[in-house]
Amino acid sequence: MTESTNSERRSAPPGETGNTLVEPPETPVPEEPVTPPSEPGEKKVVRLGDRVFQSVATGSGIFVVAIIAAIGLFLLVRAIPALHANEANFLLSGQWRTGDPENMAFGIIDLAWITVASSLVALILAMPVAGGIALFLTQYAPKVLARPFAYVVDLLAAVPSVIYGLWGALVLAPVLKPVAVRLNETLGWIPIFADGNVPAGSGSNVFTAGIVLAVMILPIITGVAREVFARTPAVQIEGALALGATKWEVVRTTVWPFGRSGFVGGAMLGLGRALGETVALTVILSYTFEGPHYSIFDAGATFASRIALGSAEFNNNLTVGAYIAAGLVLFISTFAVNAIARWIESGSARGKE
Amino acid sequence: MRTDTADIERPASAPAFQHLGLGRRIKNHTATVLFGLAFVVAVIPLLWVLFTLVRRGLAPMLSTEWWTHSFYGLLPNDPGGGIYHALVGTLEQTLVCAVIAVPLGVTVGIFLIEYGRNSKLARTTTFMVDILSGLPSIVAGLFIYALWITTFGFDRSGFAVSLSLVLLMLPVVVRVTETMLTIVPDELREASYALGVPKWKTILKVVLPTSLSGIITGIILGLARIMGETAPLLILVGYSRAINFNLFDGPMASLPLTVYTARKTSTEAGEYRMWGAALTLVLLIMLINLLATLLSKLFSVKTR
Repeated sequence: MTESTNSERRSAPPGETGNTLVEPPETPVPEEPVTPPSEPGEKKVVRLGDRVFQSVATGSGIFVVAIIAAIGLFLLVRAIPALHANEANFLLSGQWRTGDPENMAFGIIDLAWITVASSLVALILAMPVAGGIALFLTQYAPKVLARPFAYVVDLLAAVPSVIYGLWGALVLAPVLKPVAVRLNETLGWIPIFADGNVPAGSGSNVFTAGIVLAVMILPIITGVAREVFARTPAVQIEGALALGATKWEVVRTTVWPFGRSGFVGGAMLGLGRALGETVALTVILSYTFEGPHYSIFDAGATFASRIALGSAEFNNNLTVGAYIAAGLVLFISTFAVNAIARWIESGSARGKE
Repeated sequence: MRTDTADIERPASAPAFQHLGLGRRIKNHTATVLFGLAFVVAVIPLLWVLFTLVRRGLAPMLSTEWWTHSFYGLLPNDPGGGIYHALVGTLEQTLVCAVIAVPLGVTVGIFLIEYGRNSKLARTTTFMVDILSGLPSIVAGLFIYALWITTFGFDRSGFAVSLSLVLLMLPVVVRVTETMLTIVPDELREASYALGVPKWKTILKVVLPTSLSGIITGIILGLARIMGETAPLLILVGYSRAINFNLFDGPMASLPLTVYTARKTSTEAGEYRMWGAALTLVLLIMLINLLATLLSKLFSVKTR
């Protein structure tokens, strides 16, 4: 009795104790699987079929690794000539003039602002809602309903992004117009709500885009959060209940601390998706030549939507190279965000076992 | 901890929870309501999107011309038109994508579960599959553009789209295969080994058939997901209003591309086609989702 509660308690702070537990199996088995060790009946008789099959399987594994390497490499190789021909500072300039390969000037600072701003708006809106849904589905909803409800949330992920774009631009934006104008009027003294480079009432700004993105990343964050919250040890929940905790206190003292890091990992995955979302934003955001005012009522283009908008210009290698350079930045940033997300998630998973 | 056994019989102190304090009760109820509301907040946009689609896109669905004709020769103001050309494109592109992505993905899954198991390569591969599943679709499109069109010198075509979709579908297939293969009990494998069956035959004849229904369901769900991808299409293939069966040559329409292109013609007829194509796309995806659920229901006995 005392032993089991103690071990549960020890596993409660995620991250610290778990790391030492997982380290050992990683070192002893690195080169082992070349000769299949799991065949009990065989004594080093490697049949031809086995050898072929294993090399095909291993080859496909290597192929996947190679694909990612190739993506980075090809984008880099194609971007370099364009970067050489660039007359502006690639990182700090806000202009995007790529039509004439002889006279190109492009920089990503404005793209970066619109991308980051819309993704952050989405994240700020989606995180609490996703956390709430996940807690509702795992802790509150009756078991019979939890599954269909979860399916409904997953359906949000099945709607194609171009349709979210249409909905956002043609249906949601008009509805949001008074809200945006009111926000702009009352909170305009805060820089982030100040006048953007398009009128707040236009609807084709980061504000609308962020809300639509929030809807799109909701199922991703919810899915991950649901999984981690559901894995809360029943012993802990029952313990809290036995101590007289209310449902909310159970959630606050056991479920939330247990799933927190997994939830953050899920939010990072959502962020990665939001950074790379293309078509919805291409449809929603109007493109202006005026630089951003660093407000959520700015319009403009994200990395991805800039590339999509420029697809008509794809007629010579240098121009394409400019877009590929933007794509490379996007690839690197989503790579980093996803890697961090997986790292957080695996860390939290280790803490539990 | 343990003292006299007699102590267990009676509580150490009088039960403290005859009633809850008002503050705690309020907090508890507020939390319950808020979490429930969060779910409602998520359902609103879903219903709203679907409602909008059905309201605006239903009219084209009901005409037979919609399913049998293309937009060929239609001016922006001409009413009517059909989605046949886009259906052909979407189905061809996703099918070719599946033909490439499924064997590759399943093999990677087999490698990870049956051969790799914790080797350095397997862990790197798992990580790369994770990265691939977070790859923005526009980057997948750009990569194929840099590889297929700039480097190899091919023209834009439906096949290039299929290639970029492979990158997006691959992680889905690998994940599903992995999950389904881990479910297969080790006893089955051991029984097969004990009969002297080589490992590759065990995988092909015992492990894969056992997990097949789950894998197929996952693949179909993956197909539904890539069907709605639009970003790679914008840079990899031109839009055509005519029917084009040839994946390797000429511009080719597809449902998402039709929606995106029709958005630019802001006439009444243009909107008719745009919402019609959008509803057709969502219907197709739902149909496929339904098929996947049905398949998994039909064959679920096998996975148990």
